[in-house]
Amino acid sequence: MKMPVPDQGVIERRAEIIDRLRAIVPGEGVIVDEGELRAYECDGLMAYKQLPMVVVLPQTTDQVSRVLKTCHELGVKIVPRGAGTGLSGGALPLADAVTLGLGKFNKILEIDYDNRCVVAQPGVTNRAITDAVEDEGFYYAPDPSSKIACTIGGNVAENAGGMHCLKYGLTTNNVLGVKMVLMTGEVIRLGGKHLDAGGLDLLGAVTGSEGLLGVITEVTVRILKQPASAKALLVGFPSVEAGGQCVAKIIGAGIIPGAMEMMDKMAIGAMQKFVDSGYPLDVESLLVVELDGPKAEVKHLCERVRAIAEDAGSTFLRISESEEERQQFWKGRMSAFPSVGRISPDYLTMDGTIPRHRLADVLARMTVLSEHYGLRVANVFHAGDGNLHPLILFDANEPGELDKAEAFGHDILRLCVEVGGVLSGEHGIGVEKRDLMGEMFTEDDMKQQQRLKCAFDTTGLLNPGKVYPTLHRCAELGKMHVSGGRLPFPDIPRF
Amino acid sequence: MGDIFKPESETQVLDAVKWAVSGNARALGVRGHGSKDGLGRPLQADSMLDLSGLSGIELYEPEELVMTARAGTPIADVQAALDEAEQMLAFEPWSPEHIYGTEGGTVGGLFAAAQAGPRRPLAGAARDHLLGFRAVSGRGEIFKSGGRVVKNVTGFDLSKLMAGSMGTLAVMTEVTLKVLPKPEKARTILVFGAPDPGQAMRDAQNSPYEVSGVAHLPGEIAARSSVSYVSGAGTGVTAVRVEGPAPSVEARCEALRELLAVHGEVEELHTHNTHALWREIRDVRLLPNDQALWRISVPPTDGAEVVEKLWGDHYFDWAGGLIWSTQALVDSERVRGALKGGHATLMRAPDDVRASVDVFQPQADGVQALTDRLRAGFDPHGILNPGRM
Repeated sequence: MKMPVPDQGVIERRAEIIDRLRAIVPGEGVIVDEGELRAYECDGLMAYKQLPMVVVLPQTTDQVSRVLKTCHELGVKIVPRGAGTGLSGGALPLADAVTLGLGKFNKILEIDYDNRCVVAQPGVTNRAITDAVEDEGFYYAPDPSSKIACTIGGNVAENAGGMHCLKYGLTTNNVLGVKMVLMTGEVIRLGGKHLDAGGLDLLGAVTGSEGLLGVITEVTVRILKQPASAKALLVGFPSVEAGGQCVAKIIGAGIIPGAMEMMDKMAIGAMQKFVDSGYPLDVESLLVVELDGPKAEVKHLCERVRAIAEDAGSTFLRISESEEERQQFWKGRMSAFPSVGRISPDYLTMDGTIPRHRLADVLARMTVLSEHYGLRVANVFHAGDGNLHPLILFDANEPGELDKAEAFGHDILRLCVEVGGVLSGEHGIGVEKRDLMGEMFTEDDMKQQQRLKCAFDTTGLLNPGKVYPTLHRCAELGKMHVSGGRLPFPDIPRF
Repeated sequence: MGDIFKPESETQVLDAVKWAVSGNARALGVRGHGSKDGLGRPLQADSMLDLSGLSGIELYEPEELVMTARAGTPIADVQAALDEAEQMLAFEPWSPEHIYGTEGGTVGGLFAAAQAGPRRPLAGAARDHLLGFRAVSGRGEIFKSGGRVVKNVTGFDLSKLMAGSMGTLAVMTEVTLKVLPKPEKARTILVFGAPDPGQAMRDAQNSPYEVSGVAHLPGEIAARSSVSYVSGAGTGVTAVRVEGPAPSVEARCEALRELLAVHGEVEELHTHNTHALWREIRDVRLLPNDQALWRISVPPTDGAEVVEKLWGDHYFDWAGGLIWSTQALVDSERVRGALKGGHATLMRAPDDVRASVDVFQPQADGVQALTDRLRAGFDPHGILNPGRM
């Protein structure tokens, strides 16, 4: 993984930069000791590590603004960071950059039930928002599996998803507003407690921008009333194809379940070994389908899904009889990552999305790749929306195995793009998939995206080396090269 | 008016933009059927790019909930294809028919104007259903963004920017949209004469019964409805729509009747009347169409206070968060002065009026500067629908 060459001039000025930062954020808010910096050397993508030049932990928007303004003046790069749970290396430090942690922004500022929203600082965890409102029967819908640890600011930066986004949307569909600081130190507000933008939808563009456009210091999210009831079905199939067919038929019948997860045999075995969720071991694919809403609806839809599943050739089917059982069905799936961690010393988590009907084909080709690389792969799949998480098992202590696992992962993502899918469904590009962007986008596609970057951050100092394999200079991107003053193709119908 | 180009391929769109950028035209108007020419600042362009020839659904996979269509595809064609598969555009776009007295409309125009209706709070806006697109920028470059899958965080989400950009920034040539199954059944609970309509709307919106529309019509507006239960009420009518599988709709209607009874007498509309009423609400059919029309988005609790400062006719959608308001005279400062947060769009007014006031909500300085830089990035010469936003 090639990162931008560190600017030695900046590294030599480290002491001066630290002094300037200390003048803004007093006391322990500026971290410089190697031992303490170690805690920030990577995010959830632990294969890549780099000690930051310095870490700053501001507490107010004003401090963030002054930190950015100062770094802008000094030409120092900034890497924003939430809880560091991201899986694509978006918060990977740079040797010549200040890592700006938002962990101290940990307060919920306002709960407004009447307008169904919560205003929170970016360091509040995803789960803490639901915790704060659940006594009144509300919750925050996007539920990435790291929800206990990941922060709402990071969720906005990555456009985080989760199990329930099939029905309730991703972060982008649940964010109403942000306050953010641009690289120049300028503070802006986008959105609020109302819906939609009065002009261009900049909020939509900022969501999922992986810390390249600005530093978010306040977030307004929409909360929803908890569904009155929920049941889960556990359905096993003798083949992956049959499981995929069942998913297509459920949606084809006009049913959008609250969640619909699928796993393959390797994943089922790992999960059932880790925690007893009642998963059958003699099936090739297993679905967990959750239906939520009023009791009458849930009962009705459970029967319809049961009929569809049987029609699709299910060989195992249970409907949860109690809330405890529903949670038990989920236990295995929820612990997918630690389960796989138990059967392999290391694993890489992939995150492509594919058109659902290509599932069987993609899994078959993945089996071929698995044999080619000599590495095992377990699949968990947000089946309803086509988001595939192949977990590649390897042993980092075996020389060359990480490289092999990465090459395998890249082949999987290329396959996802080839069948009409995308490189990342919810984990982001970061550094992990950066060099694969060309598989999906042309140079012109990426230039257009970078013009958005230039409007927010002309200097390119904010989180460089992430998302785009080549970050063009804004001045270069601004130039126009149009050839031919005449209409080259005179055959356009013209009136 | 100079040249009118009617391209039939993306390459021809590219050629026309390049031709304009090379100094042959100061401005290129971008339009589909022109059904919403009345929205935004009046167009001042010496040449026109008519996208209606760029038509056709290229991909529709109902089980995958996805459709790709060329930008100039008539909405009617999209609608017909969706009807056949019992699917819909869940954001419930309004029709220009009553607002502008026009017919037609293209799928590109639908997203360019970000048309969304009563189901928006539940199902999302147009921007939430635009999965990807192809376009030609004002620089004369073909580019694409997004994809055909719902879950996608690969690169910046330019679809959000394009939705609602009114043909500025870039010329969309193809859109890929998320579609959803039509609900099996729809009903509406009516509450008559609620003393505090805002509270009645919020009680419904904040209930666990997944309502898909919450509106309030003051008495004189309700009286204009074609639905006799509404027009005959003789008082303000709060309407709450419930959609879904039959047993679920029945259970939720019963629960809502009980919940809302404290606000007034309760009545229930079945499918046919439900469709009729919500079409009136969606398409602004209950307000006069010969006056200036405002569309105002505010935090729902602000709604009541805002309308006290307005004049003319109005009604609420989005549980109070959306106000449609007609006025004989345009006073944008007074309308916008009534808002504490949110935004007001002047949806309809004579050309000379729209040429002289801000049709879209003026932005804070920093956001405006950002918007200007963004426009300069996509369309440095300002040739695409200049001034329209």
